[in-house]
Amino acid sequence: MKNRMAPKRRRVLTLFLIFFLFLLSFASSLLFGQTPITAGEVWKSFSAFNDEATSHIVVQSDRLPRAVIATVVGASLAVAGTLMQALTKNPMASPSIFGINQGAIFFVVIGVVYLSLSSLVSLMGMAFLGAALAAAVVYVLGSLGRDGLTPVKIVLAGAAISALFQSYTQGILVLDEAGLQDVMFWLAGSVSGRTLDMLLPVLPFMVIAMITALLLGRAINLFITGDDIAKGMGQKTLLLKAVIGVIVVLLAGSSVAVVGAVGFIGLVIPHVARFFVGHDYRWVLPFSALLGAVLLVSADVLARLIIMPQEVPIGVMTALVGGPFFIYIARRGVSNL
Amino acid sequence: MKRHTTWRTRFFSVQMDMRAIRRMGLLVLAVLAACLLGPSLGNTMLSPVTVVETMMGSGSGANEFIVNNSRVPRTLVALLTGGALGVSGLLLQGVVRNPLAAPDIVGVTGGASVAAVAFMTFGAGAVSIQWIPLAAISGALLVSTLIYALAWKKGVSPIRLILIGIGISAIMSAAVTFMIIVSSAVTATDAYVWLTGSIYGASWSDIFTIAPVIALGLPLAVVFSSSLNAQQLGDDTSAGLGVRIQVDRIVVVFLSVVLAGTAVAVAGAIGFIGLIAPHIARALIGRSYGALVPASACTGAILLFAADLIARTIFYPVDVPAGVFTAAIGAPFFLYLLFRNRNHF
Repeated sequence: MKNRMAPKRRRVLTLFLIFFLFLLSFASSLLFGQTPITAGEVWKSFSAFNDEATSHIVVQSDRLPRAVIATVVGASLAVAGTLMQALTKNPMASPSIFGINQGAIFFVVIGVVYLSLSSLVSLMGMAFLGAALAAAVVYVLGSLGRDGLTPVKIVLAGAAISALFQSYTQGILVLDEAGLQDVMFWLAGSVSGRTLDMLLPVLPFMVIAMITALLLGRAINLFITGDDIAKGMGQKTLLLKAVIGVIVVLLAGSSVAVVGAVGFIGLVIPHVARFFVGHDYRWVLPFSALLGAVLLVSADVLARLIIMPQEVPIGVMTALVGGPFFIYIARRGVSNL
Repeated sequence: MKRHTTWRTRFFSVQMDMRAIRRMGLLVLAVLAACLLGPSLGNTMLSPVTVVETMMGSGSGANEFIVNNSRVPRTLVALLTGGALGVSGLLLQGVVRNPLAAPDIVGVTGGASVAAVAFMTFGAGAVSIQWIPLAAISGALLVSTLIYALAWKKGVSPIRLILIGIGISAIMSAAVTFMIIVSSAVTATDAYVWLTGSIYGASWSDIFTIAPVIALGLPLAVVFSSSLNAQQLGDDTSAGLGVRIQVDRIVVVFLSVVLAGTAVAVAGAIGFIGLIAPHIARALIGRSYGALVPASACTGAILLFAADLIARTIFYPVDVPAGVFTAAIGAPFFLYLLFRNRNHF
């Protein structure tokens, strides 16, 4: 609560600082990789693109797309996590814990293998469907019982739903190896090899959802004081919950549709954002978006460098960072948001 | 009809639940039936008589390979692994007094997988492959110690233990994926199957790995069953009854971890058997751990046997990893348990 009174100027300053960090990570994402490319060459690839120069092609067709995708997905997942934690008033809520990743993947696999869908838009629709289904089941299961949504129930229900969808996915893929080839792409949870064409169909959804989310800050501030107070102040809490639910599904579902299963961003980032700005969601939401982008872009840079010449899937990187954080929250116990 | 019969001797007397004993007998019969059924069912159907003849060494050459080299080891490995997982889950549930505990859920299986995959990745060639079980068991022990230590905060609360176990599991599966990518020895498909758990390619050496562990582990588990019975009454009461809680707890957890680690070494990370088997056993036999140990072993054995049988026959010629089926049945069951205990979390 101490931070709530922090002067506005400090927040703006911090925001700029994080934005600077973001630019830094974005730039290093363009510069570093299997072959380091000098800043001059990177600049030239934008200003005077030469399709004979390998370095220009690498920057434009490989590094730029993945940096952009990591930015968008990182921000989306972080905001989705922030909204989920606010909605459930629960520090462990986040897309991957709710089983959204595995749900979306399962539906994408069904779409590819059984419905022979190939257009990105239809697969994206499947991803939304799976994300919504998994989230709804975990939310309902977690809410049952005397104490409502407890972290333990959410985590356990999410783990079971994830295991369930994962086993179905594995079953389908073992039976249909041709399908495996098509879908391996999503399963790996990676930003490499994606083109901007894959991002474009989902981008409108993500942008609309993101803008709506950022506008909800005030409403959420009221909402987290408790349902009764919010209702008393004239807030339509049910409507707000529904809107948040749709935003979460859009953000998380389209993230999975583009990069596959990348976990823990939505869990970790909201905590970091609240550490910086306290509990004012008008600030927490933009901070989350920016921090999420920083985390995923720099995780991607690390993923490229850590075992060169091979690459670690980014989902592995985020799990290695996020897992210990999850344990830290579990140990600290449940505190208020 | 009287349900209980009392057996008195000069030294002790036992009250026996006749219904439970009958059901225990049925479980044992079912396991024996599985021993015969397993080798007979498959793409080439063989009659049980042929199977017995072949095992005795008087069958035809073609059948001999199918029965002795493929189906018999596979059936036995399924039964033994399932049994080990069932008992492992029972012991864990007994210690943490929580119906949702299981070796795969609290991360023990994950630790074993990491160690085994690390062994295949970094030790391949340098060290003989037969040390994999030892690696898996040490990994399971190491990780469970870590989980226990992390969950410790003026004592271990079961809920914290499970939450931290889930976090550790996530890290472990990331670590396995990482090693698969670094390694050239392990192919992605191998590792994928390993992570799901499969008994495909079971051999006699697998049986020699797991049989001694079960032969030692089960009697030891029975020995500690009276302590576990007392522990269900709560720490204070059981201490009052003369149970050395902390010592017994560590021994029982150790036993559970060794059983689960061996199972992983043989069959990969098969999930949910350790969760379900004890619940079915309790529904059949009641709550006394002395009877629950063999009952969980039998139930786990039958469950994994059934899962593997379905996995290798229904989708023939594709051999679906048995872990797919155990998860497909186990995860909904877990959700049901969560629903039933919804007021306790």
